[in-house]
Amino acid sequence: MSARDRILAKLKAAPLLPKAEPDVAAWFAGHRPVESNDQKVERFRRCIELAHAEVHAVTPANWLAKLREVLASKQIDRLLVAEGTPHGAAALDTLPVQGVECSTYDMPIEAWKTEMFTATPASLTAARAAIAETGTLILWPDADEPRLMSLVPPVHIVLLDRTRLYNTFFEAMQTEGWKDGLPTNSLLVSGPSKTADIQQTLAYGAHGPKELVVLLLGDEQ
Amino acid sequence: MNAQPIHFKPTEGFRARSKAVVDNPFLRQSFRGAMDFLMSKRAAQFPDSEELESLRLLGEQIRQYNLGKLPELLVRLEENLTRNGVQVHWAETPDEANAIILGICQKHSAKLMVKGKSMVSEEIELNHAAEAAGIGALESDMGEYIVQLAHEKPSHIIMPAIHKTKEEIARLFAENVPGVEYTDNVDALIQIGRNVLRQKFLEADIGLSGVNFAVAETGTLCLVENEGNGRMCTTAPPVHIAITGIEKIVEKLEHVPPLLSLLTRSATGQNISTYFNMISSPRKPGEKDGPAEVHLVLLDNGRSQAYADEQLRKTLQCIRCGACMNHCPVYTRIGGHAYGTTYPGPIGKIISPHMLGLDATANMATASSLCGACGEVCPVRIPIPELLIRLREESASAPHANPSMRGQGAGHDGLTSAIWRAWAAVYSSPALYRTVSWLGSRLRGLTPRRQAGWTSVRTPIQPAPKRLRDMIKERN
Ligand code: SF4
Repeated sequence: MSARDRILAKLKAAPLLPKAEPDVAAWFAGHRPVESNDQKVERFRRCIELAHAEVHAVTPANWLAKLREVLASKQIDRLLVAEGTPHGAAALDTLPVQGVECSTYDMPIEAWKTEMFTATPASLTAARAAIAETGTLILWPDADEPRLMSLVPPVHIVLLDRTRLYNTFFEAMQTEGWKDGLPTNSLLVSGPSKTADIQQTLAYGAHGPKELVVLLLGDEQ
Repeated sequence: MNAQPIHFKPTEGFRARSKAVVDNPFLRQSFRGAMDFLMSKRAAQFPDSEELESLRLLGEQIRQYNLGKLPELLVRLEENLTRNGVQVHWAETPDEANAIILGICQKHSAKLMVKGKSMVSEEIELNHAAEAAGIGALESDMGEYIVQLAHEKPSHIIMPAIHKTKEEIARLFAENVPGVEYTDNVDALIQIGRNVLRQKFLEADIGLSGVNFAVAETGTLCLVENEGNGRMCTTAPPVHIAITGIEKIVEKLEHVPPLLSLLTRSATGQNISTYFNMISSPRKPGEKDGPAEVHLVLLDNGRSQAYADEQLRKTLQCIRCGACMNHCPVYTRIGGHAYGTTYPGPIGKIISPHMLGLDATANMATASSLCGACGEVCPVRIPIPELLIRLREESASAPHANPSMRGQGAGHDGLTSAIWRAWAAVYSSPALYRTVSWLGSRLRGLTPRRQAGWTSVRTPIQPAPKRLRDMIKERN
């Protein structure tokens, strides 16, 4: 018998003690408010700023200018973008002529891992959506915008459509039908990387980004 | 690479280790300060007691519902992970788990494994096994990294280096990290750790992680963390190996949000952790990063023993938040190392006997004042005090056939149980009780002046010269 069979046999020999299925939806309906989009935006912003992220309201017309301003304020002149995405392509069209060098994630990581780890000061990705309750970005990395983009560069800039806010994590997964298929990796990100492992003193930039910048995209500011 | 020369140190030596901490004002201050901090942060996250209690109830129901289907869910998890391209392995014992993990490492001729925080990997003492096989195993969670540099074990399941002051860590870094000057600035210390470990994430052949929740319906491994090292370990190296206990499973994705909320709020008083990482497959064709291979090791190590008994099964509801230790007056005074087991504090007392046997852990269940704080804060409502009493009974009862636990009867003492049996006989027969109490009041002069541990700080016990019944008789 394999370890698998032995473990399963031991578990099956025990009484099952079946229990009624808990009603998760009812709990959320009774305990979490359903807010208007403006309220959600406000809550999202308050929570993620508390977690040390920087948030800027932008419009389709001015987001690239804001992006350049953010980079300039941090003295960053190099940005990793995803050329296969509309926002990545827009950045690639605009920023290099304005003096920000843009690199793209156009090869498997094995071909440029050292460069990613040592010479990539900032990156731009989009968020799929966000969660108001906890001030959380939802990222679904893919072939165009791979996983390490939101992790390795010390400054991570995220473009978020302000109409894409959910009240709760539960609402997000239910509305989008996540149970029917998740990508290779999906992420909730609620601030820059941090640790309190030394004498409970909070320090940012433990292993992931030291700074998280959210560009909150809407029609008016 | 640093070996961790400290193995489980169960039971014998527990008192001496506890006393050493109690006698050390600095360590006591470290733990007291840290526990006060964590308790107040948790309290701030739960301002509404109705919300807290209803969420705990939901958390308990979710865990019990899923444990009630455990064998079926494990099979479903395996099916769905396999369909997603994740390789699933099963291990009954720590040795089997180590052999599986090292086998994967050897297949890839791995030299360096970077590790995200995983208490199960501590439970199987993976670092020793890797060391023996010539594979470097480097902890990358800041707290775990510090503890490994110091050749120690974590003293808390959430905050591994809670027993260390920043000055100690500053010295440790200055002595062990090449080219580093002494600094006790916390930001600077974290940056030192970051720089060392970034290089390792870049080089590592294998990334190892734990799992907080494994979702059966989607075949997804969920990891909770703040630092990003968990994401590094599961994304940067070419191979990712996850290890988890067989109980960490939920059937549905919708079971995750309530448990995640309970976990982060109870553990560190955060409304959510910085990262919640859901991994469902290795790198797919066309994707440009992520490990080409993902493995999951499912470990039993005594969990199926707890599962077999309705009451003891509740132990497996645990989501490893650490709130029970943060609120435990014993843990706060003796710290995490005194217990000698991987899991310290109240959760350690109820889970370790299943992993190591009651005989090796006999002192743990009795090292409790049964104040009930652990049971009150546990986010999934594990009745820890009741389980402690049950473990005391299992330990003290006479050994019998078909015990529900390994090591049952280990604490059995013939004389003590004879005394209790006699006591019970006297108290259940009025005639015998009258005779014995009369004898006691007449022969009170014979009671010894020294009564074992009792008289070390108290006056001796002596029967009263007149019994209550005699006094009542006189008054009438
Ligand atoms: S027993 Fe309860 S309080 Fe203790 S770690 Fe487990 S879930 Fe948390």
